[in-house]
Amino acid sequence: MRFSDEFETRFAEMLTHYPTKRSALVPTLLYAQDEAGSLTDEVIAELAGRLDLTELEVRNVISYYSMLTTKPRGKYNVQVCTNIACMLRGGEEILDHCKKKLGISHKGTTQDGLFSLEEVECIGACSWAPAAQVNYDFHENLTNAKMDQILDEYKKKGTQ
Amino acid sequence: MADLVSHPDEVRVISKRFGQGATDIERYLQLDGYQAVQKALAMQPDAIINEVKNSGLRGRGGAGFSTGMKWSFVPKQSAKPKYVLCNGDESEPGTCKDRLIFEHDPHSVIEGVMIAALAVGSHTGYIYIRGEYRYLSVIMQKAIKDAYAKGFLGKNIFGSGYDLDIYWHGGAGAYEVGEESALMESLEGKRGIPRIRPPFPAVVGLWGGPTVINNAETLAAVPHIILGGADWYAKLGTPKNGGTRMFCLAGHLNKPGVYELPMGYNLKKMIYEVGGGIPNGRSLKAVVPGGSSTPVLLPEEIDIPMDFDSVAKAGSMLGSGGVVVLDDTTCIVKFALRTIKFYQHESCGWCIPCREGTDWLKKTLTRFHAGAGLKKDVDNIYYLAENMLGKTFCPLGDAAAMPTMAFVKKFRKEFEDHLDGKPCPFEKAGAVEPVMA
Repeated sequence: MRFSDEFETRFAEMLTHYPTKRSALVPTLLYAQDEAGSLTDEVIAELAGRLDLTELEVRNVISYYSMLTTKPRGKYNVQVCTNIACMLRGGEEILDHCKKKLGISHKGTTQDGLFSLEEVECIGACSWAPAAQVNYDFHENLTNAKMDQILDEYKKKGTQ
Repeated sequence: MADLVSHPDEVRVISKRFGQGATDIERYLQLDGYQAVQKALAMQPDAIINEVKNSGLRGRGGAGFSTGMKWSFVPKQSAKPKYVLCNGDESEPGTCKDRLIFEHDPHSVIEGVMIAALAVGSHTGYIYIRGEYRYLSVIMQKAIKDAYAKGFLGKNIFGSGYDLDIYWHGGAGAYEVGEESALMESLEGKRGIPRIRPPFPAVVGLWGGPTVINNAETLAAVPHIILGGADWYAKLGTPKNGGTRMFCLAGHLNKPGVYELPMGYNLKKMIYEVGGGIPNGRSLKAVVPGGSSTPVLLPEEIDIPMDFDSVAKAGSMLGSGGVVVLDDTTCIVKFALRTIKFYQHESCGWCIPCREGTDWLKKTLTRFHAGAGLKKDVDNIYYLAENMLGKTFCPLGDAAAMPTMAFVKKFRKEFEDHLDGKPCPFEKAGAVEPVMA
């Protein structure tokens, strides 16, 4: 299992921040997932070994956090918020539009592996609703037309 | 990057450096940065705590507990290390203020953690930022690194002989982790399950050591209090509610945005003047005044000062500062369903009233909104919520129960309009189209 040098540097440094190794687990899982695409058996075994945990202990933590996944997602994970502030300003319509445009439903992935879609809970963009995140990038004050443009741009970037 | 707004009634304390490049440590220093911590280094810990107590600063995460009082609960002597933990797991629906603080003024949070550490005699602080806020984690990690490079953090800070380390920590998606004991579990690398209290974190917290946990906005206010003085800060607000508040105006408004207003600012004015009123000639139906967990207010209930005590007197809570405005096209049953769907999704499942209660509420409200509700369900919804209230390990159960009870109490007729196979009157009228101001 190889992670990037950046990952290794950060991981080594993080271990010095806490009195217990285990404390580095949650952020480390997210960084590992960013590199591997998902938390595969191999990633779980590797991190469990490094942090003196059992694989079961690591899986137990993974299943709690909504951003962590053991299944691969698309290259671009489109996360549309439909919580109250977004709902009032058309978040559900944005989600429906994405479903139609991408031809997938909640937690689905397109056949080319480019996009996956998720209906998510509040992402902290309430004053700029409706909003979505594509991977970690925020897109706010959305309309269907704006969402089209955003998805087209990612598609172009992803197929280049 | 979130858009900034402004209004002449704003009093900019927390947000005074917004849009001024203060993520750069040099710029932060030009704008009085790291002055307060140097002043605090020359003060006795008790004097710092008293200053914060006298400022009337109360927890901006939602509970509104006196910050100085919280700090005073940390024992002076402790065999185990003491910690300061900044809660930046902002996830209460309607709330998006800490995001702006991290984006525009990360050093103010670091400085706030430093002063809290000096006040309680801690040498280690953590700044926990929710996983979704990756770009803010990048900003914060750099800010911390820059502070170390200047010698403001690490050994012998500002040549004072005091050692202080501050570290970034990140989440991975969990509302529940915003609850202070679940936050500590998460930082320790576990599922965010709340701990039973007492003992409170001030006595037994992170890795068993006494721990001060404050919201990011609370900590960002601290340097301003130390520099400007408790009296100045207290006078910005109302009695026992010092200072200003970052209000996140959201929902059906012409000018949504995050505005910094004095504590006690009138809610009606906030909606109609600061927020620009309701778009498309529609009228106000209801306001959720402090994040999704706070009981809804009717239009005739909003002529109130927005401070902790006044909103409590009006039967709701100031909460996290998320003001969500609903116009007359909003279906309350649908809104109640979306609210409970969130709490059901976020319930950690550790204690039964919350796990079962939120699930049954979601099921009942879903059936109800689909038109398959029965008359007895209206009382059942209230009964289910009431039976969660005060019966759970952590406030998530209350957060789900309180708004639900208020929806039923204040909009019973609207619930009854959905009964016996009748379709949602709002969807039938085609009135739930998106509103784009």
